[in-house]
Amino acid sequence: MYASVLRNDSISNPPSTAHDSPSVFAIQGLECWYGTHQVIRKVSLIIPERRITAIIGPSGCGKSTLIRCLNRINDLIPGFRMSGHILFKGRELDDPAIDPLTIRLKVGMVFQKPNPFPKSIYENVAYGPRIWELHRDRRLDDHVEKSLRKAALWDEVKDKLGQNALTLSGGQQQRLCIARALAVEPEVLLLDEPCSALDPIATGKIEELLLELKQRYTLVIVTHNMQQAARVSDETGFLLMGELIEFGPTEKLFTTPGDSRTEAYITGRFG
Amino acid sequence: MEIAHQHATKRRIGERVISIGLACCGGLSILTTIGIVAVLIVETVAFFRHVPMWRFLTDTQWTPLFANKHFGIAPLVAGTMLTSTIAIAVAMPLGLLTAIYLSEFAKEGVRQAVKPLLEILAGVPTVVYGYFALLFVTPLLQRLIPQLAGFNALSPGIVMGLMIIPMVASLSEDAMYAVPQGLREAAYALGSSKLQVSLRVVVPAAFSGIAASLLLAISRAIGETMIVAIAAGQQPRFTLNPFVPVETMTAYIVQVSLGDTPTGTLEYNTIFAVGMTLFLSTLLLNLFSLWLRERFREQYA
Repeated sequence: MYASVLRNDSISNPPSTAHDSPSVFAIQGLECWYGTHQVIRKVSLIIPERRITAIIGPSGCGKSTLIRCLNRINDLIPGFRMSGHILFKGRELDDPAIDPLTIRLKVGMVFQKPNPFPKSIYENVAYGPRIWELHRDRRLDDHVEKSLRKAALWDEVKDKLGQNALTLSGGQQQRLCIARALAVEPEVLLLDEPCSALDPIATGKIEELLLELKQRYTLVIVTHNMQQAARVSDETGFLLMGELIEFGPTEKLFTTPGDSRTEAYITGRFG
Repeated sequence: MEIAHQHATKRRIGERVISIGLACCGGLSILTTIGIVAVLIVETVAFFRHVPMWRFLTDTQWTPLFANKHFGIAPLVAGTMLTSTIAIAVAMPLGLLTAIYLSEFAKEGVRQAVKPLLEILAGVPTVVYGYFALLFVTPLLQRLIPQLAGFNALSPGIVMGLMIIPMVASLSEDAMYAVPQGLREAAYALGSSKLQVSLRVVVPAAFSGIAASLLLAISRAIGETMIVAIAAGQQPRFTLNPFVPVETMTAYIVQVSLGDTPTGTLEYNTIFAVGMTLFLSTLLLNLFSLWLRERFREQYA
């Protein structure tokens, strides 16, 4: 029921990137406002499939707003407005015929602060499959296990699935949130500064996990940590005051940036 | 240096005076409570010197003001439970639905306009509710239920429910509104509808606050006096039939207090025994509410 509206049948894919990976999102001339305050200005970029795309930039540059457009969760914020085009697998994301709920089934999200529900570990992962009625009973159990394995958390929690999720450490909670997002089998995972509340060891585990998830999912990560972007991402975009200053292969952006502002930012001269 | 030292000493004395003053204010209310409980205990003990505890607990008749005296608390407890149960049956669904609407569905402007209105409802004197029950709701109900007596438990129970809706709604709404936005976003990001977010995430997360608001509301219904004294009748009757006159514990205390019962008599002591029962039941409820809150304490800050 939800898959049909998103099927990528009638419209062909927009031009692909240099790596010849088909695009998942094609953003064209995106502009966003909160009330009268403009936060995104004429941003265009293409997010390739099964790669990690990082968005970097100083605080308040609009990077969170940008990825929050991709699952239309900004719709929930009073006073939010956008113009321009976002194509998700060739289809206009704000097409009135598309229910935003079904977009979120395909485009999952992990937030800055780990936000597990105050329920058991099991119930957290089972939440999505339950509301979408994807699996039941025994199959749901298997599915919860599979999702927790994908998030590299299974071995740590398999003996305490009934325990309240809030008893886990911050890093475990964040991996649980990843497992919860993966449990509805999305194609894309948006990560909004997923490690900013975590210590270096927990951060390392998450980064390792992201590299693994790349095999199967398209990942978009917002981070203010440039080293993190350099370590995990394939493509990087540099956002400054709502403008996309530069976008390209991570290696190139960090070694031979094309714009002096990018260079100033990555060498730590501001931000 | 010397001046600075003097300043510091002066400030220290000032701080001390203030802290002692504040402690006195706090102590006053504690002492008052202790005084009330002490009087209750003394008079209750005096009562039980004449009436054995087992008769108080097992007798099914309450007739201390008649020649043939019986001292069974059961009819008064039944009356109280009956009216309170009806009240909470009205207030719980309506109050919770109001809270969910205000917290999750209403626009911010609506929420800010409706909440104070709700609190006005809580400010209506209960005697007004009492006469509203007796003179409006009862006749209205009698058209639907012909066997309904002029004094009954149903009508004051319903009106009491209406009275405590604002309390349930307002306190539950506070608890729901306090659920971190991050939890809602997490649920929306998984494709939940607004109703699913409200019922599956917000309400469970706010459970402790909601339960506490309900227990407080029950406590309020048990302690409510004017409405039941006016509209429920004053006939202690051991029944759970909502259509006939009953008497609650509070209404009995009013009845005796308004009469000319001399102090020191057994009749006079009965109101303390009833008061003690009332006090213990609300105390238990409040403790239970506290325990619930501890048990389901939200661990997210």
